[in-house]
Amino acid sequence: MMGSCPSVKNILVLDSEGKRVAVKYYSDEWPSVSSKLAFEKSVFVKTQKTSARTEAEVVMFDGYIIVYKFIQDLHFFVTGGDEENELILASVLQGFSDAVGLLLRNNVDKRTALENLDLIFLCLDEVVDGGIVLETDANLIAEKVSGHGLEGAGSFTEQTISQALATAREHFARSLLK
Amino acid sequence: MAQPLVVKKDDDCDEEEYYSPFLGIEKGAVLQEARVFHDPQLDARRCCQVITKLLYLLNQGDTFTKVEATEVFFATTKLFQSKDAGLRRMVYLMIKELSPSADEVIIVTSSLMKDMNSKTDMYRANAIRVLCRIIDSTLLTQIERYLKQAIVDKNPVVASAALVSGIYLLQTSPEIVKRWSNEVQEAVQSRAALVQFHALALLHQIRQNDRLAVSKLVTSLTRGSVRSPLAQCLLIRYTSQVIRESGMNTQGGDRPFFDFLESCLRNKAEMVILEAARAITDLNGVTSRELTPAITVLQLFLSSSKPVLRFAAVRTLNKVASTHPLAVTNCNIDMESLISDQNRSIATLAITTLLKTGNESSVDRLMKQMTNFMSDIADEFKIVVVEAIRSLCLKFPLKYRSLMNFLSNILREEGGFDYKKAIVDSIIILIRDIPDAKESGLFHLCEFIEDCEFTYLSTQILHFLGNEGPKTSDPSKYIRYIYNRVILENATVRASAVSTLAKFGALVDALKPRIFVLLRRCLFDGDDEVRDRATLYIKLLDGEATVGETDKDVTEFLFGSLDVPLVNLETSLWNYEPSEVPFDISSVPKETKSQPLAEKKATGKKSAGPAAVNGPVPTVDASYEKLLSSIPEFASFGKPFKSSAPVELTEAETEYSVNVVKHIYDGHVVLQYNCTNTIPEQLLEEVVVFVDASEAEEFSEVASKPLRSLPYDSPGQTFVAFEKPEGVLATGKFSNILKFIVKEVDSSTGEADDDGVEDEYQLEDFEIISADYMLKVGVSNFRNAWESMDLESERVDEYGLGVRESLGEAVSAVISILGMQPCEGTDVVQNNSRSHTCLLSGVFIGNVKVLVRLSFGISGPKEVAMKLAVRSDDPEVSDRIHEIVANG
Repeated sequence: MMGSCPSVKNILVLDSEGKRVAVKYYSDEWPSVSSKLAFEKSVFVKTQKTSARTEAEVVMFDGYIIVYKFIQDLHFFVTGGDEENELILASVLQGFSDAVGLLLRNNVDKRTALENLDLIFLCLDEVVDGGIVLETDANLIAEKVSGHGLEGAGSFTEQTISQALATAREHFARSLLK
Repeated sequence: MAQPLVVKKDDDCDEEEYYSPFLGIEKGAVLQEARVFHDPQLDARRCCQVITKLLYLLNQGDTFTKVEATEVFFATTKLFQSKDAGLRRMVYLMIKELSPSADEVIIVTSSLMKDMNSKTDMYRANAIRVLCRIIDSTLLTQIERYLKQAIVDKNPVVASAALVSGIYLLQTSPEIVKRWSNEVQEAVQSRAALVQFHALALLHQIRQNDRLAVSKLVTSLTRGSVRSPLAQCLLIRYTSQVIRESGMNTQGGDRPFFDFLESCLRNKAEMVILEAARAITDLNGVTSRELTPAITVLQLFLSSSKPVLRFAAVRTLNKVASTHPLAVTNCNIDMESLISDQNRSIATLAITTLLKTGNESSVDRLMKQMTNFMSDIADEFKIVVVEAIRSLCLKFPLKYRSLMNFLSNILREEGGFDYKKAIVDSIIILIRDIPDAKESGLFHLCEFIEDCEFTYLSTQILHFLGNEGPKTSDPSKYIRYIYNRVILENATVRASAVSTLAKFGALVDALKPRIFVLLRRCLFDGDDEVRDRATLYIKLLDGEATVGETDKDVTEFLFGSLDVPLVNLETSLWNYEPSEVPFDISSVPKETKSQPLAEKKATGKKSAGPAAVNGPVPTVDASYEKLLSSIPEFASFGKPFKSSAPVELTEAETEYSVNVVKHIYDGHVVLQYNCTNTIPEQLLEEVVVFVDASEAEEFSEVASKPLRSLPYDSPGQTFVAFEKPEGVLATGKFSNILKFIVKEVDSSTGEADDDGVEDEYQLEDFEIISADYMLKVGVSNFRNAWESMDLESERVDEYGLGVRESLGEAVSAVISILGMQPCEGTDVVQNNSRSHTCLLSGVFIGNVKVLVRLSFGISGPKEVAMKLAVRSDDPEVSDRIHEIVANG
């Protein structure tokens, strides 16, 4: 009766040709790089012709449930086992893709994603840890990634001066470069 | 390479000329760049970029050599000097990604521990997660204190980080994590949604082996302190686990915790509603009353605008339809509109649900809709559809024509092996079960093998054709298809076709001369096996060979199925050494060894898919029936009425392991002793069970079938048959002694000594009880079944059951005496209730249907009284049931 905790097997961000932008596997069901690539390929091919732009879509194959969403030229996928509650997976997908949207200031496309790949990696790290859902609220995820304001202790006042300065510098740099 | 990551994004920048910031990235160059980590004046931004590049390489599937990884790791540790928060985050990621070795971990432990106690919550949360991923249990004891504090930290992110790490650490250092129980329990009460979820998950995993503790946990939490949707989902899972394990193995009237599940159907969060609906539909022996509220919410989901919601609902309903088709019919209209759903997964599930719930009149319409549909779905969905059509056809045999046509049409289309196999299997099953469908079915199969790329399927069809073809009205029309295989196919298929031809020759005299001609041509085949088979069959059919004296023997040789498992035959053949003594097929053990557990799990996982079709449960295990009918001594007994579950007669791990299966016939009882010899140095011969039936007066031994030889670890059976008066409920106790000749086996050569010693081994006693004469057969609607029974057959009486521990205990005692199937969950007694009604159904020996209504009452000093009302097809049997209870 192990595994009764909802679990995510992987989160994938692929481009419009099925190539990796960023992926994270939480399960050892795909031990090698080639098995991972093969999985990504079949996911991509099976979902390619569908439209998952307004609402998240879902597909089931090989004993996996995959919920997915396309934004511009990016394809977001969240995979779970076939016994998994697909609405939990959908909430992970929603949280993740919305957080990415917030972090990229709504410019969700491959180019911006690659330019800010550090943010995408951090985002993956904050959504799920070892298969267990960490957070599904897009605002909180984005906050944790961008580093300002953690919920609860979450105001600037509690940061040390040097951290506040660092954050401010970060902000400044980002806004300049935008 | 020093291209900045966050490049200027100008609107007028030419989109066509866009290059990825990672274009032309090269591992060696990036590793060089990582030297900036060693700079005394760290440039945080630049370091961030380099880490991102390294992570990008790893993410794209690149790997670092051991040396490279160590180098990068050490360089990265230098970055702890920087105070830059963004950089620190990337450092954490990098360390996790590199998964350093134990001696490397020590280098970063102190830095991470410092961060763990830092004032910045973000540092603390992340440092905990990183540290717990990389340390071993010795280091863990050093930081345990901090983790315990973190679990109850007021910052939810820190608490969650510690809890999630706890779940991870539980796998490697369970004894340490178990000490955190108190803190985790406190965290369950947290106001933060995710903390509650993580704490609950960890607490359950800590206690999962303690059923009582889990049950307590569920009891206290279902009263309503859990608010987060994810935690609610978890709680629902744990609740259904408790329901499952609480021993209530059947349908539930007033099931404990059902109220909680039902209340979750009204939750605000859709994921909770779905989780609860699924939990209800998955309940063991769920009743239609329990199903109704769950089906209602799922039906609402069917018309949602969100595909995931529609999918979730239709997937669940599809599963319900396999077991309770009537419960789902209300949703048929919504379901039909889903056939045209954009999402093909949803459409497939909708159509297969309709196939399961549909009635005879809707079949043709459905088939029409399906034809267009099949071309644009994937193979795995097609298989699901094919299986649904097969069960539909078996349900409405009159509709075989349109269904068979459908199958043959899709058989002609493109498709992979699994899909084609599913179709072929379905056609074969339909031919077997629906006699009218035989000719057209065989014809479709013949058409198929004319152009079949799968050797496996061709041989399977040829074999089947050989058995069924000769019995049709015009066998000659199949010959052309079969002989074409000999001309056109590969050796395996050719050999198989030769055998099929021979079968036609043996059964159809008119065709014999023509078959001879064809078989003779096969004598010039390029393949040994094909020539050998042709030669053998020519001799056989000619009557020259020694295998058969008469025509009957020839047929027997051709058609007789192998009644031993192939695995056992293979082992025996491997062990056989060429000698004067020919190989004796009767020495091959007939019992297959139990499947390894892993295999069972795998099949379990597969059947959980949407295609899980429940076939009718055979009353007597088919494998037993086959085994018994193969023993001539028992052939005159007729068909067995019931075979009991095996009763162990030895303790686990003894020298010989023996269990007994009781096969009940109308006038006989056959005891099947399954014996296993667990000593490698011994060979047992002439194994027989000596049964003392002095305490079972009505039984008299009529036959005994010893087991000739019982080698190590290869199960075998010995049988003892008893006669008993027909129509009498004969019961009694049997004591057993295993007798045999034991021979020493030389472990180096594997050869047994010639001389053996007689020995015996005391087995435990067992009884034949009245319940052995009763088959557990449930009824779907007890009330209707009860009303429809003859009132004349009803017998009512009252019994005092004396002082009992509880009402529930009394109820289960009576159920086990009668050996009947409890209906509608009435075997579950509500806590503290003073009275209870239990409904039972079963089939008594002689195929007499029996229904029982038990009303229990309990008085102050736990004195239990019972009113027993029986109705059955035969009033005498009603009396008999009372006798059983009176004597029990």
